[in-house]
Amino acid sequence: MKVFNQLKGLVVPLDRANVDTDAIIPKQFLKSIKRIGFGGNLFDEWRYLDHGEPGQDCAQRPLRPDFSLNQPRYQGASILLTRENFGCGSSREHAVWALDEYGIRCVIAPSFADIFFTNSFKSGLLPVVLDTQVVDRLFCESEATPGYRLIVDLPTQTVTTPDGISFPFAIDEFRKQCLINGWDDIGLTLRHADEIRAYEIRRREEAPWLLA
Amino acid sequence: MAGKTLYDKLWDAHVVRTDANGTVLLYIDRHLVHEVTSPQAFGGLQLAGRQPWRRDSMVAMPDHNTPTTPGFTSIDDPVSRLQVETLDDNAHRYDLRYFPIGDPRRGIVHVVGPEQGATLPGMTVVCGDSHTSTHGAFAALAFGIGTSEVEHVMATQCLIQKKSKAMEVRVEGEVGEGVSAKDIVLAIIGQIGAAGGTGYAIEFTGEAIRALSMEGRMTVCNMAIEAGARSGMIAVDEATIEYVRNRAFAPVGDLWPRAVAAWRELHSDSDALFDRVITLDATIIKPQVTWGTSPEMVAAVDQRIPDPALESDPIKRSGMERALQYMGLQPNMPIVDIQLDRVFIGSCTNGRIEDLRAAAAVIQGRTVAPSLKQALVVPGSGLVKRQAETEGLDRIFKKAGFEWREPGCSMCLAMNADQLLPSEHCAATSNRNFEGRQGPGGRTHLVSPAMAAAAAIAGHFVDVRTF
Repeated sequence: MKVFNQLKGLVVPLDRANVDTDAIIPKQFLKSIKRIGFGGNLFDEWRYLDHGEPGQDCAQRPLRPDFSLNQPRYQGASILLTRENFGCGSSREHAVWALDEYGIRCVIAPSFADIFFTNSFKSGLLPVVLDTQVVDRLFCESEATPGYRLIVDLPTQTVTTPDGISFPFAIDEFRKQCLINGWDDIGLTLRHADEIRAYEIRRREEAPWLLA
Repeated sequence: MAGKTLYDKLWDAHVVRTDANGTVLLYIDRHLVHEVTSPQAFGGLQLAGRQPWRRDSMVAMPDHNTPTTPGFTSIDDPVSRLQVETLDDNAHRYDLRYFPIGDPRRGIVHVVGPEQGATLPGMTVVCGDSHTSTHGAFAALAFGIGTSEVEHVMATQCLIQKKSKAMEVRVEGEVGEGVSAKDIVLAIIGQIGAAGGTGYAIEFTGEAIRALSMEGRMTVCNMAIEAGARSGMIAVDEATIEYVRNRAFAPVGDLWPRAVAAWRELHSDSDALFDRVITLDATIIKPQVTWGTSPEMVAAVDQRIPDPALESDPIKRSGMERALQYMGLQPNMPIVDIQLDRVFIGSCTNGRIEDLRAAAAVIQGRTVAPSLKQALVVPGSGLVKRQAETEGLDRIFKKAGFEWREPGCSMCLAMNADQLLPSEHCAATSNRNFEGRQGPGGRTHLVSPAMAAAAAIAGHFVDVRTF
């Protein structure tokens, strides 16, 4: 797993609630059998004026100038600032792969959909939940300040503005340690293989129809 | 101490170990696999030199990419074809239970799982697909996962989880004639919102839920995810047990009565406490139609499209304005004035035999409106299709001007050739009205099968109760 420790990154705002994973990476790109190749098609229908299909050279496609990710001031952004229920809908982890490949390492929102939230940790993408009022403030500041950067520090669980004001965020301790240490969670689980086998033996006695 | 919720019981029975901080290793009984979210997981398994922990837990089939044209023999799109062939290869390599193209049992994984009895009460069921919540209709703990977790389940038979909160959604009273499971769940989403269930496992209870068939219960649980809840569930009763009896994977012999006795415990205790309780009155639920680009943007068929100007929350207001612009609709327009280009009946939400019967009952003796470009019926599985043909439903649909297709996910997510063109309006029995979901620029309105059928005849929405 990719390590996440501290990130000082340019912020790109996406001022919409309920951004679904169909919007993050449209279905025609899910036909790939690889984990890579999705970054060019991140937010495809919002980002480009033409219709996207797999295999295109995205550098040649016409961009929608009003879409925030396309604006010169947000080029190189690694922190996506957005609204509530980000990542709702389909379970496609391709959404996380697309964000990661584009260069987004952290998404800040008042809330996330559960499956997206879980998926994001698997690629070292940190989802940070902040209060709506704080998110509002970050939207105002980032739009008013060209080159607006935040420091996201996982060990201290803080987001710090250019003015030096820090906002704490909560994160599950296990997930935090996995990100900081880059642990492979399949490897971690397999350390408990004996307990899994013991569970199976017990369940085969209690409810054998469940393991058929 | 308070009693246990159904969710508590399912959770507790599957805990392999609990860490100090409350992180649990949760055992997974059934793993459903399809072609879109599995190739990278199989690839990861191979790269690490691992084998599936328990291959008999896995049931695999292609559904998302598969053509639905009658008599198709191959997939034209080479990228889709490679993805399906990759699943063929992986199923063969690992000797999985597999329903390939050509198998009469193949269909949408969430229709086929219960149909085969691969979904049983008391199970944990996962799939790399958010609509895995469907299987909660059987008092199973069922939820969608991403591809990394698919690989995790393949390799370890477990997931690393934290327990969700528990929500009860109680639907009291009886629904009126012409109001279906789909209308109930759309009304629930309209009330609690698309993120209302985030962080919760929802148990659906109450007289209106108990009165539903297993097909109807699957429709309700299927859309728990559209309310933000990864899992929805319903307690076991006689309907559950009768549905499972004699299914291909169901327990037989001495195991059957033992299993049934265990299943009868799968309900929330009378003194169980939920973190949140929502109550709806079924008697006032009307047929529902979505007008926007989130399932929470829903109204009763006899209402008008809401006016964003009356919304006080600025984020919601801008969301409504953007949705109406995308949908090409005006505030205060009557829902029944929405003109349609296509109608889609099918999907893991409403592609079961009861759904096709409900639609056919409305269509019988009538003809699809000439203004419609296409009206499509896509059965949820090969067995649903065969049953419908036995009952003569296919003839009713075809005579009315519907196309009768092979099973698959089809126009619900438009990964195959079944798609909307930009700006086309579609009455769909599926689950998501997101921008571009049914094709780039396409405009989806979610409805019940009976409402979709009536809309196909009229060419615009109509109240099926008076149609």
